[in-house]
Amino acid sequence: MEYFLKFPESLILGSGEAIDIAVKAFSRNHRETLRIIRTVILNSVNSVYFSLEKIPWFILILIVIYLGWKASKKKYVGLIFGAMLFFIGMCGLWDSMLQTISMVVVAVTLSILLGFPLGILVAMNKKASTVIRPILDLMQTMPAFVYLVPAVILFSPGKTPALIATTIYSIVPMIRMTNLGITHVDKEMLEAASSFGSTTLQLLSKVQIPQAMPSIMAGINQTIMMAMSMVVTCALIGAEGLGMQILLATNRIEMGKALMPGISIVFLAIILDRLTQGMIQKGAPTE
Amino acid sequence: MDNNYIIEAKNVTKIYGKNRTEATKMMKNGCEKDEVYKKTGATVALWDVSLRVKKKEIFVIIGLSGSGKSTIIRCFNQILKPTSGTILFEGQNVEKLKGKDLLNLRRKRISMVFQNFGLLTHRNVIDNVAYGLEIKGVPKKERLLEAEKFIKMVGLEGWEEQQISSLSGGMKQRVGIARALVNSPDVLLMDEPFSALDPLVRKEMQFELLSLQRKLEKTIIFITHDINEAFKLGDRVAIMHNGVIVQSGTPEEMSTNPANDYVKNFIEGADMSAVLKVKHVMFTPLCIVRENVSAANAVMEMRENQVSSAYAVADDMKFMGIITLDNAIRARKEKIPLFSLLTKGIPVTGEEIYLKDIIPKAVEAKFPIAVVGDRGKLKGIVSRASVLSSLS
Repeated sequence: MEYFLKFPESLILGSGEAIDIAVKAFSRNHRETLRIIRTVILNSVNSVYFSLEKIPWFILILIVIYLGWKASKKKYVGLIFGAMLFFIGMCGLWDSMLQTISMVVVAVTLSILLGFPLGILVAMNKKASTVIRPILDLMQTMPAFVYLVPAVILFSPGKTPALIATTIYSIVPMIRMTNLGITHVDKEMLEAASSFGSTTLQLLSKVQIPQAMPSIMAGINQTIMMAMSMVVTCALIGAEGLGMQILLATNRIEMGKALMPGISIVFLAIILDRLTQGMIQKGAPTE
Repeated sequence: MDNNYIIEAKNVTKIYGKNRTEATKMMKNGCEKDEVYKKTGATVALWDVSLRVKKKEIFVIIGLSGSGKSTIIRCFNQILKPTSGTILFEGQNVEKLKGKDLLNLRRKRISMVFQNFGLLTHRNVIDNVAYGLEIKGVPKKERLLEAEKFIKMVGLEGWEEQQISSLSGGMKQRVGIARALVNSPDVLLMDEPFSALDPLVRKEMQFELLSLQRKLEKTIIFITHDINEAFKLGDRVAIMHNGVIVQSGTPEEMSTNPANDYVKNFIEGADMSAVLKVKHVMFTPLCIVRENVSAANAVMEMRENQVSSAYAVADDMKFMGIITLDNAIRARKEKIPLFSLLTKGIPVTGEEIYLKDIIPKAVEAKFPIAVVGDRGKLKGIVSRASVLSSLS
């Protein structure tokens, strides 16, 4: 009876362990390559952080006020954004915020640089599409914690694995939305453009990409939001920033101290979202 | 090679789907399209289509949706490749064109206008018109100057910087036409260009297309499902049905000699008054009276033919007027010359006049209208009924 109700012990594989061993072996064998990757990533995150740090705090607030005003065309929206940023400063989280922003900036830049051409490839090439689409599904449904671990094994705790995990997580909407935008270009428009003798490259650069721009911008917005949430989770693997403040406070069971960075994250997310949304509306061709 | 023809299609067949060889075999054995689809899953879009388009004519292909008309037009510029058969452009097989040569065919020789315009909505009017030049690598200043010229030609001056979304349907298609003309192509393929426009705008555009064609002398291959549009614009018309050309010829040929019931039914929907000329509906009067005939003879003749009036002609057949039976009897009684009692002022018309142009005359006429040729010679008559029945 037992044999029917329980999955037979003898059929259980030690597959998880095998993967662990393989990852560890890979990390040992490619130490040099991994080191170079780590240096590049660390340097880029740090250089963004250092340049943000050099901006006087009130100038940054003024910039956000101005951008908020321009994006929404309402002055009070800009002022609200400024107030939010000021609040983060008052909580003593200015530096943590800059850490978080610099991670987001680099992760999003990487996502765009890799995701945009990949999205085009998926849209143009059937074979690439059949290979990449299931991988995207996997990346999106796999709980994020799962790839935090191999990232840590490969790059040791800190900003580097956090950034890689964040990029993997946030590149998906970029690829998907680019692909969607390009495949949804009006068929007659494409037919017209090719009937005048456009080459494939001209079709892409003069028709498909400009037409896909609203969708691509929406992809960038999604990518930023995904990166934002992942960067916070990445505190678990030692990424400094607002997430780290929450993690520390939670560990000490200090509810109030956890709430302040929590609110700061919400504010930062709102600001980033609205500013990019404003950019999307500006970039969209009027239908 | 006959130089009169700019585009020729020879036995062009286009089949979609797998099992194309099987489908071809079945079609050769005379199977129906639907049957082929059921058995093989292949759709026969074109079957053995041959046609020839003369230089500088407007060749209209008419058919309902699914008749293959849009497919054949796309074979001309190789947007679609035929399954078999050849397309010749100035005697050259376009299927053999590769890479640059095919691009050049599209860039310089053949342009296309689309039903839903196919304009680039992210560009303004002038950049849309200049698109064809831009991809050819014409410098910006030059191409904008050239585009400007064609924008003027289609009557959109002052709209250069407007976004496409702010234009009406008619204006959008003007942009489409200007964009097609900017490459100065020899052939203009127009795929139902006016079907998306409302009837008034459509009429206006048809008129403008005709005057543009007269000015620029392009060869135009025009697709429509509207028989009136086809007959109005076409020098020659081909009717397509189920991927096959049912009949082709001039509008007059087609309406006077429809090849089968399908064509007949199609044409019945047409306003024939714009297509048929007087010569197509006129007939010889039953009773003609010459000048020197006696009144008694005239009365006899009319009674024999059971008519109440006769057409009076001079010796050289010049039309003089009408003698009514009453007047002929009176002339016999009173012994006065027959022709002194002629009814004059009978409406006359020529053989080459379109029926639509004599409708007002026909409505008012008490007698059939006389058709006269050179030097007023009587050629025949047109009854009021035959003119009015040509109206749809």
